[in-house]
Amino acid sequence: MPKDGGIGSSPKRREDIRFLTGTGRYSDDINLHGQAYAHFVRSDVAHGRILSIGTEAAMAMPGVIRVFTARDFEGAGGIPCGWQITSRDGSVMQEPKHPILAEGKVRHVGDPIAVVVAETLAQARDAGEALEIEIEDLPAVIDMRSALAEDAPLVHEDLSSNLCYDWGFVEENREATDRAIREAAHVTTLELVNNRLVANPMEPRVAVGDYAAHSDESTLYTTSQNPHVIRLLMGAFVLNIPEHKLRVVAPDVGGGFGAKIFHYAEEAFCTFAAKALRRPVKWTSSRSEAFMSDAHGRDHVTRIELALDADNNFTALRTETLANMGAYLSTFAPSIPTWLHGTLMAGNYRTPLVYVNVKAVFTNTVPVDAYRGAGRPEATFQLERVIDKAARELGVDPIALRRQNFITEFPYQTPVAVQYDTGDYHATMDKLLEISDHAGFEDRAADSRARGKLRGFGISHYIEACGIAPSNLVGQLGARAGLYESATVRVNATGGLVVMTGSHSHGQGHETTFAQVISDMIGIDADMVEIVHGDTARTPMGMGTYGSRSIAVGGSAMVRAAEKVIAKAKKIAAHLMEAADSDIELADGRFTVAGTDKSVAWGDVTLAAYVPHNYPLEDIEPGLEETAFYDPANFTFPSGAYGCEVELDPDTGEVTVLGFTAADDFGNVINPMIVEGQVHGGLAQGIGQALMENCAYDENGQLISASYMDYAMPRAADLPMFRVDHSCVTPCTHNPLGVKGCGEAGAIGSPPALVNAVLDALHRGGHRVDHIDMPLTPARVWTAMQG
Amino acid sequence: MHKVSMTVNGRPVSGEVEGRTLLVDFLRVNLRLTGTHVGCDTSQCGACTVHMDDQPVKACSVLALDAEGADIATIEGMANADGSLSTIQQAFQDYHGLQCGFCTPGMVMAAAALLRETPRPTEAEVREYLDGNICRCTGYHNIVKAIMAASGQEVVPVAAE
Repeated sequence: MPKDGGIGSSPKRREDIRFLTGTGRYSDDINLHGQAYAHFVRSDVAHGRILSIGTEAAMAMPGVIRVFTARDFEGAGGIPCGWQITSRDGSVMQEPKHPILAEGKVRHVGDPIAVVVAETLAQARDAGEALEIEIEDLPAVIDMRSALAEDAPLVHEDLSSNLCYDWGFVEENREATDRAIREAAHVTTLELVNNRLVANPMEPRVAVGDYAAHSDESTLYTTSQNPHVIRLLMGAFVLNIPEHKLRVVAPDVGGGFGAKIFHYAEEAFCTFAAKALRRPVKWTSSRSEAFMSDAHGRDHVTRIELALDADNNFTALRTETLANMGAYLSTFAPSIPTWLHGTLMAGNYRTPLVYVNVKAVFTNTVPVDAYRGAGRPEATFQLERVIDKAARELGVDPIALRRQNFITEFPYQTPVAVQYDTGDYHATMDKLLEISDHAGFEDRAADSRARGKLRGFGISHYIEACGIAPSNLVGQLGARAGLYESATVRVNATGGLVVMTGSHSHGQGHETTFAQVISDMIGIDADMVEIVHGDTARTPMGMGTYGSRSIAVGGSAMVRAAEKVIAKAKKIAAHLMEAADSDIELADGRFTVAGTDKSVAWGDVTLAAYVPHNYPLEDIEPGLEETAFYDPANFTFPSGAYGCEVELDPDTGEVTVLGFTAADDFGNVINPMIVEGQVHGGLAQGIGQALMENCAYDENGQLISASYMDYAMPRAADLPMFRVDHSCVTPCTHNPLGVKGCGEAGAIGSPPALVNAVLDALHRGGHRVDHIDMPLTPARVWTAMQG
Repeated sequence: MHKVSMTVNGRPVSGEVEGRTLLVDFLRVNLRLTGTHVGCDTSQCGACTVHMDDQPVKACSVLALDAEGADIATIEGMANADGSLSTIQQAFQDYHGLQCGFCTPGMVMAAAALLRETPRPTEAEVREYLDGNICRCTGYHNIVKAIMAASGQEVVPVAAE
């Protein structure tokens, strides 16, 4: 049994109190003295040349302080991209400038053209209406295949084409993979779309810039998952502000899901304008603005081929993907369809040859970047769909076909560069079948049939790479950043601790879980541990929270720092008890000399550290505060089996999700309640993608799903109660907690399970439908049923 | 500018607003009651849900002047008089019905309105009632459980350990 409040137990979340009483402090809750308001005027066309921007009328409007255009940023850099991809021919990717405000051309609906700063938000908006902006429409490229045509209009005229890169992985496997597919007993081919999504954290983005003339220090309050990354990118590459003169604060942040990783123009603008105007400048995104300025997710078009031998063993896998980059390269965009996608194409299976080709394409759409799962949902979707299709073509059970090809020995070196440390895929599959009552499915299907409905059951078995990532490895792969994490553990004289972590919590509950770990290590009450995050002035340089990395990387850094603290505290305790360091044990908040009844309390030692009257000053310094930076040795590899049960109304094509079961292996779990909550949320987003969410452009590049009236967010009545389980545990072998990460799994494993379930229902109803592209709206399902 | 007066969480308040000022902005900006949130601009997300004369309303869809003389209740007034969490708030914490916390005030206000109308709702009734409140974090699973529990009905405890 886990200790109450310690690792493995589910104490209530401490952060809930402020969120439940309206005392949370989100960025939009911050109002600074003398604050002015920024309103961004954005392009309403997808592609056009800016002929003129008339500001006179707007400047004369009440309350207007200044109107900014690109001309004000001539000395500033563009928004940088954090990852460089090399093409198959050895050339580096084409990397266009991403200006803060549009320079000469607008390249997507929502591209910012000018900013009005006024005394009130209403005045800024009113004046925005009075700007006289003349734009010459240019033909837009929206569809990726059209964008690659010889005569396609160029999104960036200074680039040779709309192709960002043409990446092959692993290039050395290409010929062998082609040959194996030619010689295979059976090849299953599938063409599919991974639909474009919008992350839609419920808190829209906010930026508040502030400037202190007396210290020449700029401060940015922003809705970020990684304030240190924003400080580095914005300071060094955009505004030329040294880190010691720039503070970035990300207070309570209302969800992220990837969309709040990236450095955005509005952050740089508000920081810049606050200094230019010598007063705080605030911007709060409206939801409509969020749809056309937050980075979008997914948007892949893929052809996948799976080759099998006569005994149904997988022999080779080849995929070709077009990945939409949008109009500019967002911070991590180039890495998503490549290193976060290609490296996962082996899945859970012993496929000896894998070759992945990705062409990244510029279009006149909002930039596309990481969204929950980021590359791994795209990999899992292709693989788990093509395996189901292969099983149907071969007339074998899709579960048996998976099991036959499962990797069973670890560590396992895949043909796509990564090495899985641990896993037990049969165990998670067994667990799924047990808790989803798979055995009872046929009875339930008969019941549905009797009511004129079609019932289907679909599964998927995913693997993902989390805990991003070993810095030396990602550096070789083109990352322009390190991906370690940091923590400082500061012990106060009276024994309480403050952990300052580079990880960031925007819903994940770190204030609770990180305190659980420290509480366990020292044996003190979790209430004595304060977790501080989200402020570059208070935390050591850290890379932030995304890619399910917080506990695996940030938690590990915290453990390492706490270990240093404990080692020093043991020396102090040894001195106080006149014993050898090596004889000191720490348990339940007391230091004991092993094998004796001599002990001192944690608080006695911490006090001695700061009041060193009786202290080994010749050996160690006073004080008790340590910092650790943890750079992981490998990715972590959570995996799991997901099962979806649907009922389909053949008259309307409407799909109802009756049950969804997730059997995950996350390694060790710190707080089961929080882990399950993460899975629930991921499932809802994955089901949303598969069933209803779709970010749609018309052929002219108008975003036709730019509000909650048009973009279908899953609501409570769209979802069932979930069955989730994390009792299959193969601990990670290379981090101190044995943890793997759980944040993205739900969104990765669920879309293929749902689509497989719908196709199963259709086949049971006699409809020989091979594939339907997501989202499986009633119209799409019904149309497919008509043949 | 116009003068507007109302009662918020039992306290009489007044302020100067434009005709177009929304109730949610009056609460957040004039009164600095920032617990009520704004998550969209089409009256869909429900993060701004408050009670107006005991009815749940989206405060982004009510003009401040239309609340003249009204009795408004917000998340800041939901705790018990001694400062402890109310039954609904406590259930949200007990059943992990919130993650990032941004939709939470609206969810709690919607839940309170539901339980006033329907003291023992079924799961389907809870889900249906929350149609106007969007959460992106929880998948609603634990929100539904929290509301069922707050209504005094038995639900499966949180997380197998």
